[in-house]
Amino acid sequence: MHIPDGFIDIPTSVAFAGIAAAGVAVSLKGARASLDEKTAPLAGLTATFIFAVQMLNFPVAAGTSGHLLGGALAAILVGPWVAMLALTVVLLMQGLLFADGGLSAIGLNVFNMSVIGVWVGYGAFLLAKKFLPKNKSSITIAAFVAGIISVPAAAAGFVLQYAIGGTATFSVSAVLAGMVSTHVLIGIGEGIISALAVGAVMASRSDLVYGYRGEKVTLEMRKSL
Amino acid sequence: MKKDKKFLIAGFALTIFLAGFVSFYASSHPDGLEKVAEDIGFLETAKDHSNANSALADYGVKGIDNARLSTGAAGVIGVLATAGVSTGLFLVLRRRSDAEK
Repeated sequence: MHIPDGFIDIPTSVAFAGIAAAGVAVSLKGARASLDEKTAPLAGLTATFIFAVQMLNFPVAAGTSGHLLGGALAAILVGPWVAMLALTVVLLMQGLLFADGGLSAIGLNVFNMSVIGVWVGYGAFLLAKKFLPKNKSSITIAAFVAGIISVPAAAAGFVLQYAIGGTATFSVSAVLAGMVSTHVLIGIGEGIISALAVGAVMASRSDLVYGYRGEKVTLEMRKSL
Repeated sequence: MKKDKKFLIAGFALTIFLAGFVSFYASSHPDGLEKVAEDIGFLETAKDHSNANSALADYGVKGIDNARLSTGAAGVIGVLATAGVSTGLFLVLRRRSDAEK
C-alpha cells in the first residue's frame, strides 16, 4: 500500500501533502484531549506495535501479499486523533529510514493510511458497535468489521490519486477494480489482526481501550445527568 | 500504575519479538498495490527511492550478510526509533495539555 515515488505526479503529490499536513495539524490539537500521563505511553506502544506488524506481510492471493495498515486498530485502541499521529509517525519512519514509501509520496500515503484508514475504520467501528449487543465481545467483533472495511477504503484513496495525477495512462476503472478486489482480501487479514489485538487488550486491560472506555464514560455521564 | 508498567513492558517485548524475529518469515511477494501496478502495467513508472542505498533500506542493515540477522536488526532499530519518536511526541502533547489547564 506504500506508494513509491513516480506513480503520482508532483502537483498531485504536493496537493495531498497539503491536505495531509492540515489533517496532522488538526489531529495534533484533537489528540491533546485524550493524552494524559497514562495514555501517552500506551499511544507510543500502539504506534510501535503497528510498525512491527506492518513488517509482517501475509500471503493473500496468488503471488500477492498484504500487511496490516493499523488505522482502524489504532483508532479503537487510542482514539482517532492520536491514531492519525501514530500512523503518520510510522509512515515517516518507514519512508525516511527504510526506503518504504516514496518521500515525494509521503502526503499521499499519509492521506490514504492515516486519514482514510483511521477515520473510515473508526466510523465503521462505531457503526458496527451500534448494531451489536452492549458487551465486551462486541468491541472485538466491531474491530474485525472496522479492519475489513478500512483497507479497501484506503486502496480507493490511491485510485482517487491515480485518477487525478497518475503518471501512467491506464484506465482508472481497471486500477479501481484491481485495487479494490485485491484489498478486500487484504482487508480480511486486517480484520483478523485487528480483532486479535483488540481482543487481547480487552481480555487483559479493557480499561485501556478507547473505543470501549468512551462508551463507559458516556454512560456514566448520562447517569450523572 | 504498576499494572500499566507491566502491560507496557509486555507489549514492547512483543513488538521486539515480532519485528526482530517473526519479520524474517514475512511473505516476500509484492504487496497489493505493487501487484496491481505490475498486472496493469504501471509498475515501471515507480522511481527508485531517494534513500534506496541508505543503511537500512528495504528493512535490512547494510553490511550484515545474514538475512535473518539483517532483517531482525532492522526491525529492532525500527521499533526503537518508532517507540522513541512516537512516545516523545505523545508525552510532549500531553504536557502541553496540562499546561493549558
